[in-house]
Amino acid sequence: MGVITPGFTGRARGSDPRLPPGQYLTKDFPVLSAGPTPRVNLDRWTFSVTTEKDEKRTWSWRELTALPSEKFTVDIHCVTQWTKLDTRWRGVPVATLLGDLDTDADYVMAHSYGGYTTNMPLADLLDGQAWVVYEYGGEPLSPEHGGPGRLLVPHLYFWKSAKWVRGLRLTTKDETGFWETAGYHDYGDPWREQRYQGD
Amino acid sequence: MAGTAVSGRLAWRVATLAEIRQETATARTLVLDVPGWPGHLAGQHVDVRLTAADGYTAQRSYSLAAPAGDRIELTVQRVPGGEVSEHLTGPYAIGDPVEVRGPVGGWFVWRPTARAPVLLVAGGSGIVPLMAMIRARREAGSRALFRLVYSVRTPADLYYAEELRKPYAGLDVTYVYTRELPDGQRGIPRRLSVATLNTASWPTDFGATSYVCGPTAFVETAADILLALGHDPHSIRTERFGPSRD
Repeated sequence: MGVITPGFTGRARGSDPRLPPGQYLTKDFPVLSAGPTPRVNLDRWTFSVTTEKDEKRTWSWRELTALPSEKFTVDIHCVTQWTKLDTRWRGVPVATLLGDLDTDADYVMAHSYGGYTTNMPLADLLDGQAWVVYEYGGEPLSPEHGGPGRLLVPHLYFWKSAKWVRGLRLTTKDETGFWETAGYHDYGDPWREQRYQGD
Repeated sequence: MAGTAVSGRLAWRVATLAEIRQETATARTLVLDVPGWPGHLAGQHVDVRLTAADGYTAQRSYSLAAPAGDRIELTVQRVPGGEVSEHLTGPYAIGDPVEVRGPVGGWFVWRPTARAPVLLVAGGSGIVPLMAMIRARREAGSRALFRLVYSVRTPADLYYAEELRKPYAGLDVTYVYTRELPDGQRGIPRRLSVATLNTASWPTDFGATSYVCGPTAFVETAADILLALGHDPHSIRTERFGPSRD
């Protein structure tokens, strides 16, 4: 146990089993981004997947939103300590986008409009664990929350769910993205409280 | 991109409250003794962890308000219902321990070696990391030109009011009051406008860096205006906090 701060009691012990260690519940939807919100014209928006052999697939907005989509409800966990339960989304599973692409890659770098990047193992994007989402709470995803389309990987800290996503690059070696280069954890599992490098 | 690689594990350290400075009716600066503090850059933040007698813990992130020395400074705004901020702005007393770890964040930082002009845009308590930059500039004797645009509801909501009032070469301060003007000032309260940022921001070809910090809606507005004025998106660094952050 850590050092006790005298007189600190904290709020009622909400032993919600869905709350990872060090997190607290919020009903708001806070916003964290490193720069201005990019505005992407849907006529020019594309999403692409590129393999380590430079095989590339690209979808227009119309093509991507015409793919079979899923509506689902998940909890999201931000490294700045808030957790929001039961968020409702609609999007295309990443596995659908990868399809039958020929790859030996183990890692992925997600790239965003505006230049943001974040890395994760490819396996974490498969098996119903990740989507490219374009609706939140039944409405089109707003730009400040990453619209028109963002990556959603709810089992990892939320910085891995790249806003304004424009593509995934599959790689055989693990490279570090924007926050990972700045000292945040390479993997970011909220249940193991992997906030910073070395956690 | 500028990264501050954090090597090894970021350890929790015990910090002891050494001094309190009341900034406004609802915000105070906490000066903490942290033996072994590794130092930090202006703009970085720390995680603060409180532990109750029964082992319950709560942690939040706070921006560092001053450059690194023997002590660190945080300015904490009381958030109604915020279990951490209510303790830190209330019962938390001189000599009491908390745990901190950091520094965290390598993007929203200003380095004293940087020579480019700087625009700082603060909304409310978003002034905290920007004040750390102003203080770091002064401490280093930097000649980088700084401009600060500081938006608050009323004059009583200003943090560091006295310190900012003192003229300092190379730092220009513009205040925006959204609800109530200082006594004797003519005009009407208004929100941050294109005109204000057009006047205060550096010409787009000066290679300036802009740092914008405040509530989400404020940051969105300010960053959008800077983009519309023609600033390179990569020259605009933002730090947002939502109402739930305490």
